[in-house]
Amino acid sequence: MMNRWHILKRLTPLLAGMVLLLSACGRADLSALRPQGPVAEEQFGLMKLSITIMAFVVIVVFVIALYVIIRYRRRPGDKSIPVQVEGNHKLEIIWTVIPIVLLVILGVPTIKSVFGLAEDYSKDPNAIQVKVTAHQYWWEFEYPKEGVKTAQEMIIPNDAVISIEAKTADVLHSFWIPSLAGKIDTNPGGNVNKMYFKAPKEGVYLGKCAELCGPSHALMDFKVKSVDRASYDRWIAAQKAPVALPADKQLAETLTTNCLSCHAIGDGTGWAPNLTGIGSRGTVAGMLVNTDDAKYENEGTVQENLERWLKDPNEVKPGNKMGKIELSDEEIKSISKYLADLKIEY
Amino acid sequence: MDWLTTVDHKKIGILYLIAGGFFFLIGGLEAILIRIQLWRPLNDFVSASTFNELLTMHGTTMIFLAAMPLLFALMNAVVPLQIGARDVAFPFLNSLGFWTFFFGGVLLNVSWFAGGAPDAGWTSYVPLASPLYSEGKGVDYYVIGLQIAGIGTLIGGINFLATIINMRAPGMSFMRMPMFTWTVFITSALILFAFPALAVGLVALMFDRLFEANFFNVNNGGNTVLWEHIFWIFGHPEVYILILPAFGVISEVISTFSRKRLFGYSSMVFATVLIGFLGFMVWAHHMFTVGLGPVANALFSIATMLIAVPTGIKIFNWLFTMWGGSIRFTTANMFAVGFVPTFVMGGVTGVMLASAPADYQYHDTYFVVAHFHYVIVGGLILGIFAGLFYWWPKMFGRMLNETLGKICFWLFFTGFHLTFFVQHFLGLMGMPRRIYTYLDGLGFNNMNLISTVGAILMGLGTIAFLINIVITSMKPKNAAYDPWEDGRTLEWTIPSPAPEYNFAQTPLVRGYDAFWKEKMEGKNAMTPAEPLGPIHMPSPSILPFIMSIGLFIAGFGLMYHQHIITIAGLVITFGCMFTRSVKDDHGFHIEPDELHDKGVKA
Ligand code: HEM
Ligand SMILES: [Cu+2]
Repeated sequence: MMNRWHILKRLTPLLAGMVLLLSACGRADLSALRPQGPVAEEQFGLMKLSITIMAFVVIVVFVIALYVIIRYRRRPGDKSIPVQVEGNHKLEIIWTVIPIVLLVILGVPTIKSVFGLAEDYSKDPNAIQVKVTAHQYWWEFEYPKEGVKTAQEMIIPNDAVISIEAKTADVLHSFWIPSLAGKIDTNPGGNVNKMYFKAPKEGVYLGKCAELCGPSHALMDFKVKSVDRASYDRWIAAQKAPVALPADKQLAETLTTNCLSCHAIGDGTGWAPNLTGIGSRGTVAGMLVNTDDAKYENEGTVQENLERWLKDPNEVKPGNKMGKIELSDEEIKSISKYLADLKIEY
Repeated sequence: MDWLTTVDHKKIGILYLIAGGFFFLIGGLEAILIRIQLWRPLNDFVSASTFNELLTMHGTTMIFLAAMPLLFALMNAVVPLQIGARDVAFPFLNSLGFWTFFFGGVLLNVSWFAGGAPDAGWTSYVPLASPLYSEGKGVDYYVIGLQIAGIGTLIGGINFLATIINMRAPGMSFMRMPMFTWTVFITSALILFAFPALAVGLVALMFDRLFEANFFNVNNGGNTVLWEHIFWIFGHPEVYILILPAFGVISEVISTFSRKRLFGYSSMVFATVLIGFLGFMVWAHHMFTVGLGPVANALFSIATMLIAVPTGIKIFNWLFTMWGGSIRFTTANMFAVGFVPTFVMGGVTGVMLASAPADYQYHDTYFVVAHFHYVIVGGLILGIFAGLFYWWPKMFGRMLNETLGKICFWLFFTGFHLTFFVQHFLGLMGMPRRIYTYLDGLGFNNMNLISTVGAILMGLGTIAFLINIVITSMKPKNAAYDPWEDGRTLEWTIPSPAPEYNFAQTPLVRGYDAFWKEKMEGKNAMTPAEPLGPIHMPSPSILPFIMSIGLFIAGFGLMYHQHIITIAGLVITFGCMFTRSVKDDHGFHIEPDELHDKGVKA
């Protein structure tokens, strides 16, 4: 008996080490193993609990298996016949009961968490309400109380509960920000799903679509940017402020006929992503990362990314609904320049 | 011609093996192409839409056209022998089941050449799979191909139920049945209940796609979540349909090569039945993120976790079968022993997935890809390999080469863990599944590269197996009755390969592990239960083949709205049914003086 506890004692640091290893895995703004908010933390807690239990089971099985394989291998020429045991009720009861105990240990917090995470904040006046609508292959974020609509990048205050209502405009998608909260499907029809999360640490978090939704499913990324309350308020105000069309008449004309038939800038309406403030977003199309120090194929300055997108949207995101627009290189340049300069301060 | 008309279960088993093996190679090729595309970020080896086709066809092919038929190959080759029967209950149906599966599978794969394979995932969730968002014919091929192949599986399942209930040799009570037969019995029962759900779902989707019905069209009052329920009410039992026979194979192989009886036989039977039952109760654990509400999620969480209990019983019974045994490491047994820890790893991630709030993070990520490959490849495919190496002499009269077998095992086994172990971490680090590419700089690069290398090793392992088959088939057929010398069940009492009539005289079963019992009493053959007499055999028939071609033709007619062709196809099928019904065919007899223990030609 002593012996067994020794084994357990030796296993514990091993398991603890494993959990530590796990929590160092992946990018802090993307990995479910490095939670940055209470919801993801609760989910990570369940993961750690279950991984520990399961690692224990796996190790027990491995040890027995190794022992058996080595100890009972047939020696050459061995013709003896082992005892033909039928079974052993005591043992069989033990390995029925132990798993049940382990499952209770996992089951109770699971149930607690299922109900806890299902809490509905959609009527809470202190929560920020966001209506998320998934489209092939982009995300729309509407703040009904504030009267603001934006796309690809969701700005949230770091001091409030964010209450999400998720639906889709076409096929199934799934709304997922690994380091802040697990995912929720966006269902067609009247079926609206709710969830909530918090992002107390300021920063940008990567979100993804997690349900196969067509060719560009892989590229249906978005960002969640958590800022302090004052910045958030400034952002809301800036989103609602009117935006001037380009001074150049020719350019304004091109823009209106080619782009604004689907998109909106400022207080206009349109079914395609809202472009207000696009110059200050972190990405174009959710996945062309804006940076002055491009390292990867999908990075570039805002201007470069916009040009790349306008040249052929389908080259960037296959099968997307924007389609190629007939513009001269000159026009592409000047439209991109105008859009890149559509910055908002917050 | 002989092969097109055969109704002999052993030959049908070989047909299943060839066809299933062929589709396994196609599915494997698709997997390798998928992995090549993902070996580095932003790769453009295949296009986004081709990738989705590969992904869909890989999943569909592996599940329906490779794994199921390979299991049916083993079932056909072994079950009647294990229960001391001369054939299955309905030999004609058996052949029909094979041919419908085969032509359904061919139909599915024709889509590659007909302008686009299905691309909505093997789950074909609507609305992506609805005519609105999948305009080409791809998903039509999925719907109709699977429907035809599914009919074949259903027929096969019913046949094995009837066979196991009715055709057991005298003395073989249910609690004396070999474990493999037991698992096939439960699997067949699951097929009987699960496949009709698939058939109904596919018909509904077919009506949506071909005749503008509105089962799943929300704009006209349809419901997309309905499809998810129907699919998983079939789909979850399906994975148990796949894994239970593998459990059976492992039980036989481990017990034989440990020279010991299976530990805890009755708890094994009980666990099998319980797993089968629970398998039907947990489908919604594929739908935790659909928004069914906390009550449903909690219930399905707990129900799913419960499956770990009977599964655990099985694992420990296997370990304790080996405990105190005299273990011989043939290739078959290496696959079986490798199965146990591998399957445990897949099983425990299953329990992790069952915790709904944690699943909100795992769902639809590479963690899930890792999990189901651990159970399907690490469980089922290792099981099938074990079974093939084990029963190959009984099927073909030749022993597979052990050295090549071991090379195959090590390549496949290492490759497998290399491919899928790292995928757990990819998923947890934020990589969704079913993506055709990933951006650079997210930290996914190295693990994806490792995964691809592993997949190539698995491919090499499979090639080693193919070489083994070719080399073996050039050797003389000289396998002994009981080539492993420790055979315990009835199939080892008859020549390898088994003669056309299996048992010249039906054996009398006097206990569990019938042959072992006789051996322990110093005999080397079974006591017959009947005198030597003429043996009744069913006549071969081409009708199943033609009936399936009829369905195949009708499928095309439906897809391309050529109703004359549809009707022509159906006329062929129903014509064959009619012929079969009115024509008396009493089969033939093999007289005692013709009995020559030579075996089927393979
Ligand atoms: C050489 C062996 C195999 C490799 C390398 C492999 C690889 C893969 C990969 C990379 C995916 C795509 C994951 C994703 O992006 O979602 C996949 C999906 C899948 N595989 Fe395999 N696989 C192999 C064997 C098998 C086998 C033997 C089966 C079943 C018997 C199987 C069943 C599936 C299923 C059901 C899917 C999901 C398809 C979907 O998401 O629609 N695989 N596999
Ligand atoms: Cu999507």
